[in-house]
Amino acid sequence: MNKISESIKRYDFEDKISGKAIYTPDVHPEGMIYAKTLRSKVPRAKILSIQTPTLPEGYFIVDHNDIPEKNVIPVVFDDQPIFATDEVNYIGEPILLVCGSEKSVILEIMDKIIIEYQPIKPIVSIEEAQSCRAPFIFKEQPHFVHYEYQKGNFDECVKRAKRVISDEFRTGYQEQAYLETQSMIGDYDGHTVCVRGSMQCPYYIVESLKVALGWDDTRIRVIQMPTGGAFGGKEEYPSIPGVHVALAAIKSKRPVQLVYERQEDIQCSTKRHPTIIRINSYLDESDDIIARDIEVKSDGGAYAGLSSVVLQRMIFSVAGCYNVENLMIKGTAFATNNVVAGAFRGFGGPQAFYAIEMHMENIANQLKTDPIRLRKKYFVKQGDTSSTQGVFHDLIVLDRITDEVTAMSDFFEKRSRFKSEKQKGIGCSVFFHGCGFTGAGEPDLIKPSIRLKKDKSEVEIFISSTEIGQGALTTMRKIVATTLDIPINHVHHNYPDSRDCPDSGPTVASRTVLIVGRLLQDCAVEMKKRWDEESFEITQNYIYPSHLSWDNQIFKGNAYPDYSWGANVVEVEIDETTYEIDVKGIWAVYDIGTPIDSKIVQGQIEGGIVQGLGYAMMEVLESKDGKLSQDTFTTYIIPSSLDIPPIFSKLVENPSSIGPFGARGLGELPLVGVAPALASAVQQAIGTKISKIPITPEDILRGAQL
Amino acid sequence: MKVNFVLNQESVSVDVEHSSRLLDILRDLHQTSVKEGCGEGECGSCSVLLNGKLVNSCLIAIATVEGCHVTTLEGYRNTERFEAIKRGFEVSGGVQCGFCTPGFVLAAEAILSENPDPTIAEIRKGIEGNLCRCTGYQMIIDSILSAKDIGKGLW
Repeated sequence: MNKISESIKRYDFEDKISGKAIYTPDVHPEGMIYAKTLRSKVPRAKILSIQTPTLPEGYFIVDHNDIPEKNVIPVVFDDQPIFATDEVNYIGEPILLVCGSEKSVILEIMDKIIIEYQPIKPIVSIEEAQSCRAPFIFKEQPHFVHYEYQKGNFDECVKRAKRVISDEFRTGYQEQAYLETQSMIGDYDGHTVCVRGSMQCPYYIVESLKVALGWDDTRIRVIQMPTGGAFGGKEEYPSIPGVHVALAAIKSKRPVQLVYERQEDIQCSTKRHPTIIRINSYLDESDDIIARDIEVKSDGGAYAGLSSVVLQRMIFSVAGCYNVENLMIKGTAFATNNVVAGAFRGFGGPQAFYAIEMHMENIANQLKTDPIRLRKKYFVKQGDTSSTQGVFHDLIVLDRITDEVTAMSDFFEKRSRFKSEKQKGIGCSVFFHGCGFTGAGEPDLIKPSIRLKKDKSEVEIFISSTEIGQGALTTMRKIVATTLDIPINHVHHNYPDSRDCPDSGPTVASRTVLIVGRLLQDCAVEMKKRWDEESFEITQNYIYPSHLSWDNQIFKGNAYPDYSWGANVVEVEIDETTYEIDVKGIWAVYDIGTPIDSKIVQGQIEGGIVQGLGYAMMEVLESKDGKLSQDTFTTYIIPSSLDIPPIFSKLVENPSSIGPFGARGLGELPLVGVAPALASAVQQAIGTKISKIPITPEDILRGAQL
Repeated sequence: MKVNFVLNQESVSVDVEHSSRLLDILRDLHQTSVKEGCGEGECGSCSVLLNGKLVNSCLIAIATVEGCHVTTLEGYRNTERFEAIKRGFEVSGGVQCGFCTPGFVLAAEAILSENPDPTIAEIRKGIEGNLCRCTGYQMIIDSILSAKDIGKGLW
């Protein structure tokens, strides 16, 4: 094992284990007041009037009139307002804040506010969006974005095909369900507004404040507090409560705390995109797959948010780990009056790999061949090109990964034995996760920058990457200390503060170790050369590796700077009476290059797998007429300690050529492949196809031939 | 109404609405390790020990706490047993985002004080009411198993 992989005590451990870590809801600065958000109760309407009661002294309302510059949350398209003005587009859309010192009085005031709506017929599903007419939600079209790209000679191959195998899959919503709800505190000292809170991306909030206030950087400060889980749910969403508390603090000149209740959080924050994915595979006379066409449709909800980028990851992942040379791939992110969909660990990958891996399973069944053998025949290799024609520069070890996972799980013996043992099944999946921003996003959009400072024997890291439980406060120190070859306790690193930390990009896309860690390593190499100098600092900007290229107009080139790889096997037994799925075991093998800390890696793997398990079979979240049917932890069920199966994981070491010490991205990968392996196992157990997730006992009852 | 109870071995008296949640009263008394995760008794982030039993403080009306002993992590962290649990969580990697951690530490105490040598199944059952979205639970279960060995004789 590489020395850097040896686990050390986490730097956030002492504070967290002793309950001394101060999260946003625990902060009560002198004079602090509370804010609560009044939200739309209807999915789509014109706001005709808002009647507010006479407010007691010290209580006030903040709405769109309090925004000095632009009523927009900048994400990709500038379509989402900070506060609704004359229309609402989803249930939970913020309209105004009520602020004051007593929570009970705030609630009384909110009860007395009367909003008169003129309803507009809402668009509440992908199907409705496809056939809808004006008035549209987004510009003059039913979707936010539509993409298409091709590889090889698709039309020619389709003519040659002797057989087509088709599938259509549906995936549901998933809620991030971080244990700490969205929480922010705003402060204003007459010059600078400071937002502290639970977040992944401080600079997204800085940017949102600049747009809303029209102020320059010197008057805006954003600080991350210890954050109780995020999983993508605190990527773009916190800009909304972040700007809200800033506006309230500026108006009242007092610190303002905004902490969501759980039900409110589930109802109005972003979710994983529901999708419909159709795949046709074209086979020639020897049953070789010669071409595929794939169409992905996602429900983006009421505003564009990150739906375009999530859709890109879906369509760049949906060809899977296979070198099928002729492809036609289309994707559409539709606008609906459902809750806004956004970032969630995997970022489109879980939907895409569920679909392509189930499709491979179904092809194997139809061709009466082994599902691993079928996959191996098409595995991409070093030197091959991806679906977007980017060359895979690094060694790809999918054969080793699948050999390991099948050996560990006794896959072949069980697969064969379960053919005659009712209710039992075993399934597999093979998958990747593109690490770093999509395409040339790192150099073109993010332009990450980091700062490393030496003062005598002490070194301090300044990056905007956040600690969200994934261990950034520990792994970044390890990279710097190991590179400088100094004791790690001489390396300092705090939760990011935009005043000190340059924008090293958001904490997303499995990029923190790969991209920011590499920048820190490069910086430390420079620092080591000048170690004799007593005090100095180095700023390092990202340089796009010269072997990569990307054309964002035609989606051609290296869709991601690097990839991590994995395979899962899941074994199940279906209860004959209740139709419940009993998961007997999950086996997982990954190539994440060099692990930076083995225990942190294990935590990411097991946590990701269990979220994937929830996605596959537990976490039912449905929207009926724009309203979520499950919006508490009583009705939205995430895995508990009694729901987890034995998990066996292993790494194959295959160092990355660009990551620090050979590390690749890890955070998202373990969630990506669970659903298809589990769903394939269920299919074997019940003998029929199920083409949706999450799989419920009701689905099994409908499909079962037990 | 006035309610008297013992918080971390010290008598306290509060004058509050009888239906106030124990969770809010404790947080007002600066017990910020007691976290609100759901407010409906599902997640266990607000776990405290009430007369030694693990409860969700969001579901406890303050009036019912009269005369009771309440232990939060602010008190429990000064004990030798806490040191064993802490070490267990350190060696087995039971902490990630940390928001659920205080609840799990007190759940571990409740499990071990009931039975100093619990099986894996008993630990799973004992933490059933505490949700963690980061770890997938196995490393928390391992942490409690480690704590059991490290703190042998303390329970």
